[in-house]
Amino acid sequence: MLAEIGYGIIVVAFIVALYSVGAAIYGERTKSPAVVESARRAMLLLWPLISLAAGTLIYLLITNHFEVSFVYEVTSREMPTYLKITAWWGGQAGSLVFWSWLMSAFASLVTLRKWERDREFLPWVIVVTALTTAFFLGLVVFYENPFARYWQTAGGQIVTSMFAPAATATVYFPSDGNGLNPLLRHPGMIIHPPMLYLGFVSFVIPYAFAIAALITGRTDDRWIRITRRWTLIAWLFLSFGLVLGSRWAYDVLGWGGFWGWDPVEIAALMPWLTGTAFLHSVMIQEKRGLLKQWNMILIILTYSLVIFGTFLTRTGVLSSVHAFAQSSIGPVFFVFIGFTFITSIALLIYRWPDLRGETEMKSLLSREALFLLNNLLFMSVLVICFWGVVFPIISQIFTGQTVTVGPPFYDRATAPLFAALMFLMGIAPLSTWKRSTVGTIGRVLWKSALAALVITVILFFTYTHNIIALVGFYLIALVLLVTLYEFWRAAWARSKATKENVVAALWNLFGRDRRRYGGYVIHISMMLMAIGILGINAFQIQTQGTLALNNSLTLGNYSIKYESIAQFTAADNRQVTRAVVNVYDKNGNYLGQLYPRIDYYPDAQQNMTIPGERPTLQDDLYVLLVDWQPASANGATFKIFVNPLVNWLWIGSLIFFVGIIIAAWPDRDPEYASARSRARHAEQPSAAD
Amino acid sequence: MNRNLRIALYVLALGIVLAGLWAVTVHAQNPTPTDDEVNRIAHQLYCPVCENTPLDVCPTEACRQWRDLIRQQLSEGWTEAQIKQYFVQQYGVRVLSEPPASGLNWLVYVLPPLIILAGAFLLFRAMRGWIKPPADSSAVGSGEEAPKDEYVERLEEELKKRK
Repeated sequence: MLAEIGYGIIVVAFIVALYSVGAAIYGERTKSPAVVESARRAMLLLWPLISLAAGTLIYLLITNHFEVSFVYEVTSREMPTYLKITAWWGGQAGSLVFWSWLMSAFASLVTLRKWERDREFLPWVIVVTALTTAFFLGLVVFYENPFARYWQTAGGQIVTSMFAPAATATVYFPSDGNGLNPLLRHPGMIIHPPMLYLGFVSFVIPYAFAIAALITGRTDDRWIRITRRWTLIAWLFLSFGLVLGSRWAYDVLGWGGFWGWDPVEIAALMPWLTGTAFLHSVMIQEKRGLLKQWNMILIILTYSLVIFGTFLTRTGVLSSVHAFAQSSIGPVFFVFIGFTFITSIALLIYRWPDLRGETEMKSLLSREALFLLNNLLFMSVLVICFWGVVFPIISQIFTGQTVTVGPPFYDRATAPLFAALMFLMGIAPLSTWKRSTVGTIGRVLWKSALAALVITVILFFTYTHNIIALVGFYLIALVLLVTLYEFWRAAWARSKATKENVVAALWNLFGRDRRRYGGYVIHISMMLMAIGILGINAFQIQTQGTLALNNSLTLGNYSIKYESIAQFTAADNRQVTRAVVNVYDKNGNYLGQLYPRIDYYPDAQQNMTIPGERPTLQDDLYVLLVDWQPASANGATFKIFVNPLVNWLWIGSLIFFVGIIIAAWPDRDPEYASARSRARHAEQPSAAD
Repeated sequence: MNRNLRIALYVLALGIVLAGLWAVTVHAQNPTPTDDEVNRIAHQLYCPVCENTPLDVCPTEACRQWRDLIRQQLSEGWTEAQIKQYFVQQYGVRVLSEPPASGLNWLVYVLPPLIILAGAFLLFRAMRGWIKPPADSSAVGSGEEAPKDEYVERLEEELKKRK
């Protein structure tokens, strides 16, 4: 009964979403505010409806309703309740409901804003957000229904269907479920998908406003100003999702790294790249009235890549074109992406002449020119990523040959582009809008450039002779020094002008121009992350060996000694094989104990290799108990990695979020504030009366 | 043939046989390759049955057997290139971490740089078209004529306005 209720609510939500789209278009065409308001209310109804359906699904998950095929596939009796709840987005059908739920939440939030000044955008924002929600709900209604149940026919066959496939069929109740994929039981993986999805759906909002601007012909920068914070929030969530995914890969996948250029990773990275380019590029439109056409292209691309990323990961197309062809949702996704992309581009072409820049660029070294160059580099990385992901599919279609485009391709192709981006990050903050020359930039750059060179020379004599790594360190030092110098210069100037002390001046600077200084904090964090990425890529060392008890394995400055091993069953029914190893430095000093382990999940019949880690600022000792040989007291195989500097990546990512929060912190809307102030003044005399 | 010569020939023949046996034994006793040697090659190969998983870290039973095969091939004196070639012949080019540069695969390597260069060219051309010399050319004409510390001046100006 509950399954029918859940499915019924989803069907109603789908119809309401379609009504919202239709009413918004009709209301706008007939200039009927009442009909548009009806569309808005329908939009607002979506979130409660989908919440109700989601609540039903969660109840089914928690209460072991294994007759529901989705519940059977992603849960089992042993799983703790919190994992049963997170299993909601652990399987395809549930994750589509989750997507729709988040989308409707964001769409509701945006329709609740004050629309007085932008009334003409409202119907079209409703159309885009409701249509996107309707698409995902449609997938749930027609293709991937999480409420479908198992039925046993008279012939004894088990059939999955929402309703009884025959009058004689009865609901089939399996005694236990398959359980969630063990890879998805890690805390990082529990939070990672929601973060990515939040990033994905919040990018739909700026896209919706962009389309509204194109349709209405209101081609000033209003749509960008309205959506600036939405874009930053989208970027925050997407970045958070990417970092969590990297941390999860590092802790759970057991290959000693955090990024493997896997197509699924790249699917999430691509909208991040265009989103980052967009964040920089909109500043040029706000400040200089330039690049209106380009900003439209970027946000259309970002939206398309959001849907494309979901398409890549949800349709099986990455594993094989045959899987895609067999996938029920693959072709539908394909059509939706094609429809939205072609419609968006058609609208853009229609409005192209109205989107010309209001002014001219004055210098190739102005900040706007450097931001454009930054955009070119981000788009270049995107081209490489897109082509690397798509080429295996093209190869399979045209030659029938399956190929792998792996890390060596991406590393080689993107490294120079990332280096160029870092260099731009170093000089762009020193340039000014409209005009900058080699002289003006050089005068403020040379001190940082020289100091960075000194640091690099010191590193050459004390740390490494690897030329590529030294170039990387030079660029990192340059960006860090330039950014810190910028903080110092601004704080000093403010302190001189206002007689504040430098610390107070620095603090007040953040309040004065949060976007600029939040952006600088993000630049600093990016460089700390770059230290970690460079460290693990350039200096990682590894070894593997089978040890008898009390034997040692040495790598770099570390040595591990195999102390003992234990096998036990954990409370959640995992069968754990846990080794104890002592860690010593190269002088034989005891540093601590690590517990690498292998978890076997009987319900999923899958092993997980969980490393023992000893993180320091200098490096991370990462020990795996690998299953090359059966582990026992007689001998066990260990793989050790020393990952230099990698922990700066995680430190940098924490600072990164601080930077985004500073940049996205709401300013008081000046027009709203002045309106309030006027209202207050107007009220005062009447109060006096 | 006198007896001494015959004995000498027997000894020589025995010596040759023993030397040959010794050589064969030495060849067969190639030291067992270490896990690191196996991993170095396995890392460059992708699991033929899993998705995007290098062979050195793949936990499946099939991959464990393939790693054993690499170890055996190394102990038999196969070179890295021969082992990779063997896997390509057996399972196709998907086991390589990059497609070999032949046929349609050339597109993997050629297309992105072409697109990027075209993008750079278009951008450069567009920027040249956009850039108009400022009316007051002396302001940008040379670094010498630019303000001494433009940023600080601008900041101070803004602060004064705010006071």
